[in-house]
Amino acid sequence: MEDAARLLQLVINGAAGGCIYGVIALGFVLIYKATEMINFAQGDLMMLGGFVAFSMIASMGMNYWAGAAVAIAVMAVFGFLLDSVVLRRVIGQPQFAVIMLTLGLGFIFRAFAGITFGYGSVTFVTPFTNKVEKFGDVTIGQDSLSIVIGTVILCAVLYLFFSKTRLGIAMQAASQNQLAAYCMGIPVRTIFSLIWGISAAASAVAGILLAPSTVLDVNMGFLGFKAFAAAVLGGFGSIPGALVGGVVIGVVEQLAGYYMPAGFQDVTWNIVLLLVLIVRPQGLFAETQRKKV
Amino acid sequence: MHQSLKTTYTQDISLFANRNAVISYVVLIVALLLVPAVLGEFYVGELGGVFIFAIAGVGLMLLTGYTGLVNLGQAAFLGIGAYTNAVLMTKGVPFVITLPLAGLVSALFGVLLALPTMRMTGFYLAIATLAFGSIIGTVFQKWTSVTGGFDGFAVPTPSIFGLPIAGANGVYYLSLAVLIFSIWLVINILRSPVGRAMVAIRDSEISAQSMGINLTLYKTISFAISSGITGLAGALFAHYVRFLAPDSFDILLSIQFVTVIFVGGLGSLHGAILGALFVRLLPQAIAIVRDDLPFGIGRMPGLEPSLFGLVLVLVILFEPLGMYGRWVKIKAYFKDFPLHRRSSMRRQKAYARSERLR
Repeated sequence: MEDAARLLQLVINGAAGGCIYGVIALGFVLIYKATEMINFAQGDLMMLGGFVAFSMIASMGMNYWAGAAVAIAVMAVFGFLLDSVVLRRVIGQPQFAVIMLTLGLGFIFRAFAGITFGYGSVTFVTPFTNKVEKFGDVTIGQDSLSIVIGTVILCAVLYLFFSKTRLGIAMQAASQNQLAAYCMGIPVRTIFSLIWGISAAASAVAGILLAPSTVLDVNMGFLGFKAFAAAVLGGFGSIPGALVGGVVIGVVEQLAGYYMPAGFQDVTWNIVLLLVLIVRPQGLFAETQRKKV
Repeated sequence: MHQSLKTTYTQDISLFANRNAVISYVVLIVALLLVPAVLGEFYVGELGGVFIFAIAGVGLMLLTGYTGLVNLGQAAFLGIGAYTNAVLMTKGVPFVITLPLAGLVSALFGVLLALPTMRMTGFYLAIATLAFGSIIGTVFQKWTSVTGGFDGFAVPTPSIFGLPIAGANGVYYLSLAVLIFSIWLVINILRSPVGRAMVAIRDSEISAQSMGINLTLYKTISFAISSGITGLAGALFAHYVRFLAPDSFDILLSIQFVTVIFVGGLGSLHGAILGALFVRLLPQAIAIVRDDLPFGIGRMPGLEPSLFGLVLVLVILFEPLGMYGRWVKIKAYFKDFPLHRRSSMRRQKAYARSERLR
């Protein structure tokens, strides 16, 4: 019985961590679906979001909810500007130019955060820090619960946005067929920048949700690489796939940390990623495609 | 783009562009041989580091610049070469055998990575190589019985036929020799049908395939040679740092190698050398001017990585052909001096093909 409880505990902790990967992967997928670009700086956007929230809440003494809302808004504007100022210029260049460009941007973000907020690790008090809920044998930290609930709310909001609002449907149209979207009078370039904004805002949500359970530091952006595994597992281009992939990666990582020798936990995501790419490169949820000549 | 004039049919496949090139390379090599007699030990050591990065850059240039495949796990091959060389030397194997073996083992790992990843293109390949590099990096850290873990690994001093290669000068001459060898190797590959096949794959996989080029074979060859050359660089790197730390072969080092070829200029071997000079000497240049900068900018932590990132971003946005591309433009400007026209150097607009189903 104790084993079952421990297993459940591991699965829940893993799922909570996995939700973070899932939300970051969601950011990749949104951008990839719309612009066919891969943003290697997504994890660094999450880091920036966490730090903006930190400066609002801990340094300027704002309320947690207000600070979080401001941080999300700031990051959304930042994402919009990032696309309209920098990334729009490389459309049409080979894909690895975009990869290197976003890696370079990641370096700049990290240095910017380091110079502004310092290279030490910081933390801020949230309503969920160090509180637990007991369900029978299983103890769940409110930080984990808040991550899961926050992810669910984020997904619901995004789902409603993309399926019900005019703007959301215009975004779907622009990412399905740019030319047809232009012909229907959709401002495709602005739409793409807005998608970057949403993606950066989602990363900021991930950073804020992650804050209660860990410390913020400049290098936390490397977490973003794990989200690649989530996105690939879900089949790059599928939003539910990204979330499921994230949860799977998180759970597998926790289980590997418990049942496997030390060191395996660090490379779980790499191994899962390589296996998926070798065995089923289209991912779990992808519609099959074949490139035509 | 500007085209160079061709006067003979053999010009396309000759080792050197013209007689002047031969003379200038000979002068350059003689000058480099004389450097240790002129400069102090510190600068000679730094140049040795530049050469080692240039060797790895030449290897990566063959893969990324000429075959069009991205590799974000290049540091892993450097590490494999370094540890193969160091471990074999402590077992008493002479350096003249461990150096080629380091290249060979790295090449084998390159084939190992190439086999599953050859069907992938674009960012899938980038992510897969990133994951591979990360796995190998973790293996270095955890396989303590061989690598010594975080205690590090002291590398023995090499000797060639009884002649010890010690100090900055020894590493300098050795790296110079290996660099010249690897450039010669890659130029010869590029002159051969194998190299032409690689360039064809870079320009269009589909048209290369319809010309009868075996994509998997040539991509694997490119991966093997590239990682083999990087393995040689790794063996030299072991002697350069003299003390191997397992966490030095991480993603940041891989990104530095990709920076070498991007900043230097994709698709030219000169670019690999220029890029290595930039990546290795920028930190030194910052260190020299650090105290003279106003407002304490020089004392800010993280100045170096942010400059790397900034240069990378600016190069990709404004000069995709890198330092060598800029040099070619400057040269062409003076060559037809009064007649130069802006449009003769205008960048051709490239359109990446969509990967979606149309």
